[in-house]
Amino acid sequence: MLRILQARWKQGYRTVGFPDKPPTLPAMYRGRPHCDAGKCQAGCTACIDACPTGALRKEANAMSIDLGRCLFCTDCEDICPTKAIEFTREYSMATRTREALVTDGRAFELAKALDGEARRLFGRSLKLREVSAGGCNACEADTNVLATVVFDLGRFGIQFVASPRHADGLLITGPVPKNMELALKKTYEATADPKLVIAVGACAISGGIFAGNPEAGKGADAVVPVDLYIPGCPPHPITILDGLLRLLGRIE
Amino acid sequence: MTTLPQIHNGQAIPWKNVPELAVSEWRAAVLERVHKGRRISALFGVPDDKQVVLVAVLTNDQQATLELCRTSVGDTYPSLTTDAPQAHWFEREIAEQWGIVPEGHPWLKPIRFHPSYTGRDAWGRDRSQPIEPCVTDYFRVEGEEVHEVAVGPVHAGIIEPGHFRFQCHGENVFHLEIELGYQHRGIERALVRSVPVRAYPQSEGDNASRRHYEPRTPHLAETLAGDTTIGHVTAYASILESLGGTMPPPRARSIRAIALELERLANHTGDLGALANDVGFLPTASYCGRLRGDFLNMTALLCGNRFGRNLVRPGGVRFDLPQETANELLDRLRRTFDDTRNAVNLLWETPSVMSRFDGTGSVCRQDASRLGLVGPAARASGVNLDVRSDLPWGGYQLHPLPSVTWHTGDVAARAYVRWFEIEKSVEFITDEVKALPSGPVAQDVAPPAGEHLAVALVEGWRGEICHVALTDERGRLKHYKIVDPSFHNWFGLAMALRDQPISDFPLCNKSFNLSYCGHDL
Repeated sequence: MLRILQARWKQGYRTVGFPDKPPTLPAMYRGRPHCDAGKCQAGCTACIDACPTGALRKEANAMSIDLGRCLFCTDCEDICPTKAIEFTREYSMATRTREALVTDGRAFELAKALDGEARRLFGRSLKLREVSAGGCNACEADTNVLATVVFDLGRFGIQFVASPRHADGLLITGPVPKNMELALKKTYEATADPKLVIAVGACAISGGIFAGNPEAGKGADAVVPVDLYIPGCPPHPITILDGLLRLLGRIE
Repeated sequence: MTTLPQIHNGQAIPWKNVPELAVSEWRAAVLERVHKGRRISALFGVPDDKQVVLVAVLTNDQQATLELCRTSVGDTYPSLTTDAPQAHWFEREIAEQWGIVPEGHPWLKPIRFHPSYTGRDAWGRDRSQPIEPCVTDYFRVEGEEVHEVAVGPVHAGIIEPGHFRFQCHGENVFHLEIELGYQHRGIERALVRSVPVRAYPQSEGDNASRRHYEPRTPHLAETLAGDTTIGHVTAYASILESLGGTMPPPRARSIRAIALELERLANHTGDLGALANDVGFLPTASYCGRLRGDFLNMTALLCGNRFGRNLVRPGGVRFDLPQETANELLDRLRRTFDDTRNAVNLLWETPSVMSRFDGTGSVCRQDASRLGLVGPAARASGVNLDVRSDLPWGGYQLHPLPSVTWHTGDVAARAYVRWFEIEKSVEFITDEVKALPSGPVAQDVAPPAGEHLAVALVEGWRGEICHVALTDERGRLKHYKIVDPSFHNWFGLAMALRDQPISDFPLCNKSFNLSYCGHDL
């Protein structure tokens, strides 16, 4: 018993100050990319060729990057001869619509909070059922980590629950492979209305690296309607937490 | 005994030098070796004109060699499983992928639930009907007081999907049958489709520096099992390097090994915390949950991503480890290890924890070895094998790690082995960082040799990862086979549950902590 108390003392207080204080991110952290079409060379397609998921688009005077597909690997940034693409340290990336993820990164419409009845119902208590549907266990792991003392999700009234019957919504990871489609639909149907769906990671948003594999699926919104998109491969836990808190109106 | 060619870990061999034997000779050659203690690291079908060729990769841990042989088969061949139980899952995979029936297989069922690649179906299923995952026969125990418990695919925690079916007598489990396939994303075939001969410029204006793989492929390797990003992408890189006859620079080999050990530290620490959680001992559960993240953050220190994404690439690594970062890594490692030791020691000192660990979910040495278990699960049953010491590659060639075993085969043993490995990994990283070789961290990889077969083994945190590639005459990938350690070990979990109370399933499951997506591919 004494040893347990000694250990408690030694292990200390470890919960991060976020959202009241800015988060500590790795020095080499790669956040939301910015593109500058003005710097882009005419006729050059180096970034488009380098992108593993086809996330980049170039039109006459515009460039865009689809954060729903982006793996944040920086292959495009590395190959660009004119530095038209730059990965910043901005960790806020969640959106309420799929379209908002297609951006030049500068003008970016972050997720707006739920309003009216939904805010009243979920704002102070949100119970989520996580469904891994072809996820590689990276998004799952960095969602799970939110429940540790470091992020202490419970302090925001958010909790992962063991059954869709206990849940206000689903948090989906993975591209939803053919073999998980029915299970996901059934889990969705088993969740009481009104309900929310949150897609976490490039796979759940667009199929990610697996898009195009006939076995793999095209993401969550091909199967169920999605209310919040959190991009990344996998998103940093702070990005996931930031998205959830924005949805509940805890961060403006 | 038929002589077979022997290669080293991470070596390529011309396809024509892999001897093609008659089915009966091939079967005898494989069985003789398995009975002498060689392990089946891979056993798979490769399409060849109208036939399918079965390839066996047999590992000789004592001599640090891999032996290879192949045979062409028609619609059926006599199963190996009857004489070598460790072949059972491989043969189910062969039946599912190629529609070939291993005759005499005691329990021939699909493992991933997808249509066969040839149109031939081993079970004669109607091709117009969709294949539903895990809808299949299950082993049943009949009797008045016997009942069945079905769990999954969607589980109670944040866990990947799979289906578990228990045959129980009261609380007691007679048999557990595990069916997977929900995570099948078709990665093996995507890797083959993705790799063209065309070379991609690595950076603008640098024509000499070219890579011979499509941008997508390393990412596919990294997401085979996201918690084993470094393990799988190291095996993939090693395959392309051996096919191109290239060796990554010494500094890159060290950085890869450091990253692989950090991956082991994060997962082993997380597992010890999860074991504590499953017996309701919250102090260690809570501290290890945090400490696991601290180890992940050290990986992010190397490359910006907590799972090691984008660090390992064919030819080396993408990011160097500057002195300042190396110092910070050592400092964080020392502090985090100190806290981890403090948190984990509570387990061994707490009788209510150890009484739940001791004797729970035992797998005896003989079963572990006959079923071909690998990694900590095998070592906890006293089977002494570890690719890092038996068939060392890269950074481990000059700096081998001792293999750690325990003899009781229970949850306690799987916990001890993890802890001893944590201690050894910390020592390894510390030594390796202090003596980091100088020089570049990447070099060009030559185009893959045509009509060659390459094998790469890596000891991931769950055990042996095996990748095998075969190229066509132009050096394009013709076939790519991936064997995640979980492929060997899922049946070990089923064995561990025999004659255990069903309430101990979560604890036993955590003590193995196997990958669903790594199995399903």
